Amino acid sequence: MSQWKSITEIALNVQNGTVKAADLVEQSLKTIEGQKQFNAIIVGLTNRARERAAEIDAKIAGGKSVGRLAGVPFIAKDNFLVFGAETTAASNILKGFNAPYQSTSIEMLEAEGAICVAKANLDAFAHGSSTENSDFFTTKNPHDETRVPGGSSGGSAASVVLDMAPFALGTDTGGSIRLPAAYCGAVGYKPTYGLVSRSGVVAMASSTDVIGPLTRTVDDAALVLDVLAGSDAMDSTTIERDEAGYILNESGSLKGSKIGIVKEYMAEGVDPEVKKLIENAIEKLRVAGAEITEVSLPSLSAALAVYYIICPAEVSSNLGRYDGKRYGFSADDTKDLEDSYNQSRSIGFGKEAKRRIMIGTYVLSSGYYDAYYKKAQTVRTKLINEFNTAFQQVDFLIGPTAPNIAFKIGENVDDPLQMYLTDILTVAANLVGVPAISLPAGKSQNMPVGLQLMAPQKADRALLQLAKNTEELLS
Amino acid sequence: MSKLSTEDVLKLARLARLSLTPDEVKEFTSELSEILEYVQQLDSIDVDGLKPTNHVTGLTNVMREEEIKDYGYAPEDLMANVPQKQDKQIKVKRMIG
Repeated sequence: MSQWKSITEIALNVQNGTVKAADLVEQSLKTIEGQKQFNAIIVGLTNRARERAAEIDAKIAGGKSVGRLAGVPFIAKDNFLVFGAETTAASNILKGFNAPYQSTSIEMLEAEGAICVAKANLDAFAHGSSTENSDFFTTKNPHDETRVPGGSSGGSAASVVLDMAPFALGTDTGGSIRLPAAYCGAVGYKPTYGLVSRSGVVAMASSTDVIGPLTRTVDDAALVLDVLAGSDAMDSTTIERDEAGYILNESGSLKGSKIGIVKEYMAEGVDPEVKKLIENAIEKLRVAGAEITEVSLPSLSAALAVYYIICPAEVSSNLGRYDGKRYGFSADDTKDLEDSYNQSRSIGFGKEAKRRIMIGTYVLSSGYYDAYYKKAQTVRTKLINEFNTAFQQVDFLIGPTAPNIAFKIGENVDDPLQMYLTDILTVAANLVGVPAISLPAGKSQNMPVGLQLMAPQKADRALLQLAKNTEELLS
Repeated sequence: MSKLSTEDVLKLARLARLSLTPDEVKEFTSELSEILEYVQQLDSIDVDGLKPTNHVTGLTNVMREEEIKDYGYAPEDLMANVPQKQDKQIKVKRMIG
């Protein structure tokens, strides 16, 4: 049982003076302190959070209006730029970097009265599926300290499940919100590409990066998305928000909803217990009136290969800016400018960042560009076409979020390819730009299992409504 | 094509401005070869008549007026993270011998 009420209720209680923002912040900070052994948090923003809480409480005392997230504490993955706080992306190269500007998403949440209490751990630069690639430490799974929380938003997912705050922000480039949500037992929402501004978030792969919430309930996720969604002059890839907004109806009906089971997602390689839990959920949806069919997306098996060309290509380009000159770690004692670049980057970047920079440099280099990068972008088109065809037959797609439960810490660290395979069921949504959500669907070996739902681009509202109905059926 | 040599890895490292340790070179030579072999499965996929995807939501050029806005920053604020500076300028090592 969580110590937090729904976000709407918390804000309401703050607005009407029943609860003080200052007390909520203390409650959050106390839980963070008490659950320290899980390594979910890189840094607490104690003073900043207390100051903001005092401002909000003073406003309320003075009869001024506060926003609809008034006093609600939240945790941001440490790749979000926050004023007055260090932003490291869990990398040594950004250690000590103080954001000179603030990410749009933090601005929007704070404008509604939410309070950022801490920055959460991640795989450095969001490269990974377990937080083991963090340059600082590995986060432990809240259900079993010997297992990973998933990644890259592992600290965010763990922090929500450990009850540190009502919600956390994450980023999802190939599954980095949904995978840790599945492994830890949280709700993780990946919006349509471009629905939430990426301005002020440390870039990973710009053509698939999205920002989204990790929460306990779908309603909470919908409310946070409602605050974040919409176009932003600071990110020219953003799209318009849904005119209806994202706050959900109390009781939606499943009657007439057409849901396609993705055949390739239920195939060999998916753990039988995971599969069973997903089949149980599907059966409940069928009984509740949803029309269930099976659909096939034949190119899905190639999605991971496409992703591990496009993603490192964009990573190598985005990490090109780390030159040790304008910000970030700078090596001393170097002989000339080039040596200074080489040394700063070699000491500052961890192994996975280097690995991705190397692959990206290879697939973009002259002579290999057509065979790798262009080919991957063309297979991506094929995948998009297959999703479009599927969405002519059904409104939603369903399957597991991950083929297995959370793996043991250390199990995959020496085998990067095996680690990459963890993302096999999540990357397609990023390559195609569609919204997707992971919901808790029960437990296998006492570890949470995630159910994944996907919808066509810009059908975020409908997807969240389906997720809410599914959540009710599964609870 | 996917089997990388030590020379290939060293060349890539040079292009990427990374100086790798001998151990890293050895490790990356086999790991990158393995990853490239995995992604080579795309060779067998027929993409006849398809164009590469450049952007997924169909947005085309997004234009806005170029205007001066005052964000209230002092040059010192924006230079605060610069590792080496002198007189409000970024200091770098010599480029030409």
